[in-house]
Amino acid sequence: MLCQECNKNQATVHLTKVVQGRKAEMHLCDVCAKDKQSKSFQDSFSIHNFLAGLLDINTEMGYTEGNKGYGLVCSKCNTSYQNFKEAGKLGCNHCYVEFKDKLNHLVRRIHGNAAHTGKIPKRSGGIIQLKREVKHLKLALDEAVKKQEFEKAVGLRDEIKALEARIKDM
Amino acid sequence: MAKWIKEAGPQSDIVLSTRVRLARNFEGKSFPHQLNSEEAKEITDTVFNTVRLGNESFEKDFKLIGMDGIDELEQLNLLERHLVSPDLIKNTGIASVLLNTEETLSILINEEDHIRIQCLLPGFQLQEAWDTANNLDDLLEENIKYAFEEQLGYLTACPTNLGTGIRVSVMLHLPALTLTGHIQGVLKAAGQVGLAIRGIYGEGTDFLGHLYQLSNQVTLGATEQEIISNIKDVTTQVIQNERSLREQLMMTRKLELEDKIYRSYGILKNARIMTRKEAMTLISDVKLGMALGLVEDISIEKLNELIALIQPGCLQKHFGKELTDSERDFKRSQLIREML
Repeated sequence: MLCQECNKNQATVHLTKVVQGRKAEMHLCDVCAKDKQSKSFQDSFSIHNFLAGLLDINTEMGYTEGNKGYGLVCSKCNTSYQNFKEAGKLGCNHCYVEFKDKLNHLVRRIHGNAAHTGKIPKRSGGIIQLKREVKHLKLALDEAVKKQEFEKAVGLRDEIKALEARIKDM
Repeated sequence: MAKWIKEAGPQSDIVLSTRVRLARNFEGKSFPHQLNSEEAKEITDTVFNTVRLGNESFEKDFKLIGMDGIDELEQLNLLERHLVSPDLIKNTGIASVLLNTEETLSILINEEDHIRIQCLLPGFQLQEAWDTANNLDDLLEENIKYAFEEQLGYLTACPTNLGTGIRVSVMLHLPALTLTGHIQGVLKAAGQVGLAIRGIYGEGTDFLGHLYQLSNQVTLGATEQEIISNIKDVTTQVIQNERSLREQLMMTRKLELEDKIYRSYGILKNARIMTRKEAMTLISDVKLGMALGLVEDISIEKLNELIALIQPGCLQKHFGKELTDSERDFKRSQLIREML
C-alpha cells in the first residue's frame, strides 16, 4: 500500500481515528507521518494556545470552569471570548474592557500581581501621569512628616492640592 | 548590510548585538489579525507619514517595504538580518517594514501588533538602543493615539506583552561556558530572575554556533529602566564568567584548545562542502581563537559578517540565485574560503 500523502513511498504507519463513533483510517509512510506529527504538535503547543489553555483552569479550586464566559462578545470588534480562547489573541483594545474579569486572572498568571509603572504616552496619558505624581508626592509628604520637616511638608501638601484640583478639572 | 553585522560594537568579542523592541497599537482599531487590507493600509500609511513628516532627516533615511512586494528569498534575507520577524512575513497582504539606511531601526507594521519599534545595534549598547527606540516612539505618538490603560499599560494583542510592551535582548557568543558545561548554571539562574535564553537562528536550532539570546520575559510591573538594568546586570555577569573561563581554559588546557581552534580554522579554509551547522560550529571556534589572540589574521567584523552570510537566505542573495541544499553547502564553502 502506498502512502496517502505523498503517493510515493510504502505506507508503514497506519492510524485509526474514531471521532463520535465514526472511524477514519490513514496510511502514511514514515516521512509523512513524522511531518504530520511534528506539525500537529507545533500547532497545539504555540504560545497562544498554551495561554488560552491556562485561561479557565483554576488550579486552586481543582476544576476547569469550562463554558463559563461563553457568549461574551466584544461590542467593538465582535471578537468572542471563545475566539480569544482559541487564538490567544485579543481582537482590539476594547476587548480588555469587555473581558476584564476573565483576563485579570490570566494577566496575574503571566506578570504577577502587578500594575504598569513604565512609560506613559503623553497624549492619552496626561491624567495618569498626574495621578502618578500625586502618589509620589504623598509618599514624600509622609516621609517629611516622619522626619518632622514641617516646612517641607506644607510645601508638598500645597503641591498635592494643586495637582488634585487639576485632575478634577480634566 | 545591517550595521550589527558589518561593524563591531562595545564588548563585541562576546556580545554580537543588542536589541530593544516596543509593542504599540492604535486606539480604536482592531488588532492586525482582524484587519482587512484596507484598514491595514490606513495604518501603514499613518505610520509611514508620521515618520516621514515628523523628522526631516527621516524622510530620506527610511524606506517602506511591503511583505507583498518582495520575493521569498528577500524575506528570508531580512529575517536573517533580524530586521523582520517570522510573524511579519506570515502576515502577507497587510504587513510592511519601515527600515532606515543603516538598518539599525525598523518599524514592523501589522505584525502581531500594529507597531513594533525595533532598534538593533552592534555590541553591548542597551542604553543607546533604548534611547533610540524611545525617541522614535515619542515621534510616532505625536500623531498616533496609542491604546493605553492605567493599570495594564500599553495594550497588546497578546497579554504577554502588556505594560511596557518592551522586549530587550542581547545576542551572546559563549563558547567557554558551553564547552565547560557551566552554561547550564547560567540558563537556570537567568530563569530565576525572569529572563529567558534561546538559540539564535530560529527555534529548535539548539544554540547553533554557541550563540545565545538573553531577553526579558515580564513586561508589566517594572519600568523600562528596571528591565534594562536587569538585563544589563545579568549580561555583565555572564560576560565576566565567560572571560574568566576563557582565561582558565588557556591556562589549564592550552594545547587542546589551540589544536581545536587551528583544526577548525584549517577546515574552514580548505573544505569543499560545508553545512550551515558545521560552519557555525567552526566559526565559533575561530571567533574564540581570535578573542584569545591565537588567530590574528582575521578581524572580528569579518567573522560576524561571515556568520550572517552563510545563512541560507543571505547566501542565495550573495550568489544571486536560488540554490538547492547541496548547491548551498558547496557555495557556502566557496564563500568561506573567499572571505578567509
